[in-house]
This record gives sequence, structure tokens and C-alpha cells, in this order.
Amino acid sequence: MADRVVVIGAGPAGLRATEALVRGGLRPILIDEAERPGGQIYRQPPPGASRPAKTLYGFEARKAAALHAIPGRLGEAIDYRPRTLVWNVFERRLDTIGPAGHGAVAFDKLIIASGAMDRVLPFPGWTLPGVFTLGGAQIALKAQGVSIGCRVAFVGAGPLLPLIAHQYAKAGAEIAAVLDVTPFFAKLQNAHLMLAEVRTLAKGFWYVARNSASGLTVRSDVRAFGVEGEKRVRALWWRDPAGREHRVACDAVGASFGLRSETQLADLAGCTFTFDTTARQWLPERDLAGRSSASGIYLAGDGAGIGGADVAELQGERAALALLDDLGRSIDRSRMAEVDRKLARQARFRSALEDAYPYPAHLLDDIADDEIICRCEGITAGTLRATASERDAHEMNRLKAFTRIGMGRCQGRVCGHAAAEILARARGGDIAAVGRLRGNPPIKPVPIAGLP
Amino acid sequence: MMWWLRGHDVTGTAKTGLFRRLVPRAGAPIPFTIDGEAAEAREGDLLLTAILLHRSSLRRFEFGDADRAGFCLMAACQDCWVGLAGGGRVRACTTPVEPGMAVVIRGADHG
Repeated sequence: MADRVVVIGAGPAGLRATEALVRGGLRPILIDEAERPGGQIYRQPPPGASRPAKTLYGFEARKAAALHAIPGRLGEAIDYRPRTLVWNVFERRLDTIGPAGHGAVAFDKLIIASGAMDRVLPFPGWTLPGVFTLGGAQIALKAQGVSIGCRVAFVGAGPLLPLIAHQYAKAGAEIAAVLDVTPFFAKLQNAHLMLAEVRTLAKGFWYVARNSASGLTVRSDVRAFGVEGEKRVRALWWRDPAGREHRVACDAVGASFGLRSETQLADLAGCTFTFDTTARQWLPERDLAGRSSASGIYLAGDGAGIGGADVAELQGERAALALLDDLGRSIDRSRMAEVDRKLARQARFRSALEDAYPYPAHLLDDIADDEIICRCEGITAGTLRATASERDAHEMNRLKAFTRIGMGRCQGRVCGHAAAEILARARGGDIAAVGRLRGNPPIKPVPIAGLP
Repeated sequence: MMWWLRGHDVTGTAKTGLFRRLVPRAGAPIPFTIDGEAAEAREGDLLLTAILLHRSSLRRFEFGDADRAGFCLMAACQDCWVGLAGGGRVRACTTPVEPGMAVVIRGADHG
């Protein structure tokens, strides 16, 4: 019987993995939640909202177009299943829901390329209508051609911040403020290390320069900030390093602080996790080729650790080569060595980039007790702190059992990181000591009707 | 009215759109309703976009006195589940708007 190989995710990693598997003589199943391929970074607008690739993806237009074309080009050589959510992994079976309803897919080998979402930290006013993640603000523009408001402010701690400010300004949006909660000197200190990846660095400087040219000043080292409004966003305030407070009127805010890997499926697949001190997240272990600790399970792209789109493409191809090698199929070893070399160079750049945007721990030290941490069910920081001390909740799953944190519709995607940071502070220990929320199926809400 | 919201209703009513269309859409108009009131979207609009071009929120928050308007737009946060007349619910950031959709934001439960 032919080997049943499945790839989850049609972003840069999953698409390159699929392509390499076909080159190796397999006919993989490619499952993706979205209607069209590309993932979030190269997300395509729905039919009717299409625009030229150059407009949507700028410098990356050629890469995006090449990736988008993969499923169509491979045609019958793959079994492509868009609009299909994998909501469980159980032994060698995936539970799915798609256009034809509930289903199950058996596999022998699985590549998980589940991608990432914004890392969310709570701040005053963060649940008001008009506050979105930076990624959400970018999707509004890219996939829908809309601005999240009439006068928009952005707050962030990563390379997405100057990029999105540039994209909004270019599209004609009115921008009230761009705030970086990390210090500027960290970027200068690490610029020479980032020279390992000159093109990417040049693009970064280009965005910053263009923003300056259009009168957009990125204010660095913001110490605290919050959003004001009753029914919707009215203003953004912040405190600068000198302790001065500033306030601008705005009706929408995009704010998030780096990226967070979507690790739920790797968890359900039985992969061993370790705490990554740079990402401040528990991540599934993988070797340099993408093999996880679980037999037959491979990991590629941002879903197992943030590396960005270019790295994801390489990791997808590399994981597919490892999978083919493990099946005893012949592979192009010189290509494999080339991919390894490119990945090693990218790793050096990534390390410098992470140092350039240090983790904004100060934002978590001052969260008020009445601040909502769980967006789904309104659980506050005060409830988490009280439970941590009064009921001796020393780790995340105990905290979850007492407070329901991480049990809402998002399954801890939005709250899990901040809750762990708050619990760690309340217990006087480091974040690794409070553990991680165990994954549970379904990883996203699914209708019960039609379940077999 | 403050100068920076010229042309937009800032009285704080829920019937002011949150989003602003920057790129004109050539496609066909798509009629739908929000709480029984006629509204118009364009081909290519997701339901979230269609609603937030007319209103400032998508739903009431079930655990307190607040409105919600979505957050991540990438099917992760689950903040944008919207009620439809007839009792169905859809995730607005992944659901294309369709002609005749009847969105319920302020249902009987919330007055």
C-alpha cells in the first residue's frame, strides 16, 4: 500500500513541503483551513477582492505568486483540501471538518506547518471594538482593502510594526501614532549582526526611511500605554522613557508584540515540548531537518518556532526531504546540503533580529487587577493572582481548573501567554516553572451536528 | 465634531462604521441586513468587513456589558462569531458575505 502522507497548512512551509514530496514521488494530501493557498503572510484576498501581487505583497510579490501557484501547478499530483480544519490528531488519524462536513484522514507520515499568530499582551482598553492585532490590521488591508479605522494608531515590538505602518500610509490611511515598546538602541546594536541577511535588513531600513519621509515617526521605548473609549476607541495614551504622558485621538488601534507559534496539533500528535527562553513559549522539539520527537511527525515553519516566511519555505522543503529519506526514497543530497546551509545562515540573522526586539516584560509588570486577560470569558488578572496565592495554583493547568483560563473559545491562544507571565510573577518564579496549558481537541470550535 | 473624524459620526452610536474602505471594489453590490436594517456589501467582502463598514461592533460580549468587533482576523481568536437570524452562528472573519444574510447583533437576549 502506498504511503499515506499528509501536510497540514498551505503557507510557505506546507506548500514547499508538498512540492518536495511530489518531486520525491509521493501524492500527499494537503489540508488547509483557508479557501486559497498562501497562509497568513501571503494571504490572498477572497474572489472579488483580488488586487495585483505587487500591490499586495510589495518586495515579496514574486515569492507570494510562486507559492500561490503551487497547488494549481501540481494539480492531480496532490490531493488538495482547502477550507478544511484539522481539529484533532489521534494516533494515526486526523479529524477534519470541511465543505463536505466531518471526516477522518488516516496517515503514516505527517508534516505539521500550522503557522503562527500575533503574540497578544493585554493593556488597558484592549477589548474595546476597534482594537485589533497588528496581523489583523494587516489582513484587513491586504485581504479586504479596508483600514481598521479612520485614524489609526499602531503599537508593537517586532519587525511587523514599521512594515504595517508603511503599508497603511501607502494605502492612504491616516495614522495617529506608531509606538515601539522596545528600545531603539537594541536595533542599532544588532544591525551589524543582521548584515548576515543583507536583503532583509535593507528592506527593514527602507520601511523605516519611507515612514520618516512620509512624516511617520516611530516612537521607541514606550514604557506604558492604553486605549481609551466607552463603546469604541477614542484615544491612545502612552508614557515615554522620561515619564511624560502623551495622548492622541484615534478610532482604531493595531497592537501586538511579536509572534506566537500555533502548537496545538503538535501537542495532540504527542510531540515533546521544551521551553524556549527567547520565544518565551513551550515549543515542540525538532531536529535541524524538522523531525519531531514523535515517530512519523515532522514540523516546519513558524508553527514550531518563529523564523519568518523565507525560513518556513526552506524548512518545509527540508522536512519533506527528511520524510522521503526516512521512507527510504532517493533524494537529492546536494539540494539537501544547500537547504541546510541556507537555514544555518538564516538562523544567525534571526538571532540578531530577536535581540533587536527584546521581550517587552515591562508591559506585564503593571497589569491592573481589573484588567481582562481572557478575552473569551472576561477572566481578570486579579482572579488569576488571587487563585495563584489562595488556592496554591502553581502551574497553568491547575490555574485553568480553578479559573477556566484557557478554556474559552480560543483555547488559550490569546490569553495563554499573558496568563503564564502573570502566574509566574505571582508565584515569584520564572515562566518555565509554571508549565503550559495542555492541548485539547477540538483545537477550534466545530459544530457537533454531523459528528460520526 | 472633532476635526480628525470629519465626515464620520462620532456620537458613539453603534451604527457608525468602524472600518474605512481604502480600495474601491468593482464587484456587484450584495444586499444583506443587520438587525433587520438594509445594508450593502460588495463582492469579495468577508462578513466581518461587511458589518464593520456599517457598525462599530459584531456582537455583544456574553460575560459582561461590552461589545466586540473581532481581534485577530485570522481564525484564531474566535472573537468574531456572529449570530444569524434563524439561530445559526458563523465566524465572520472567514465567512464571505452572501446576498440576503440576516445578521443579528442585538438579539432578544440583549435588548
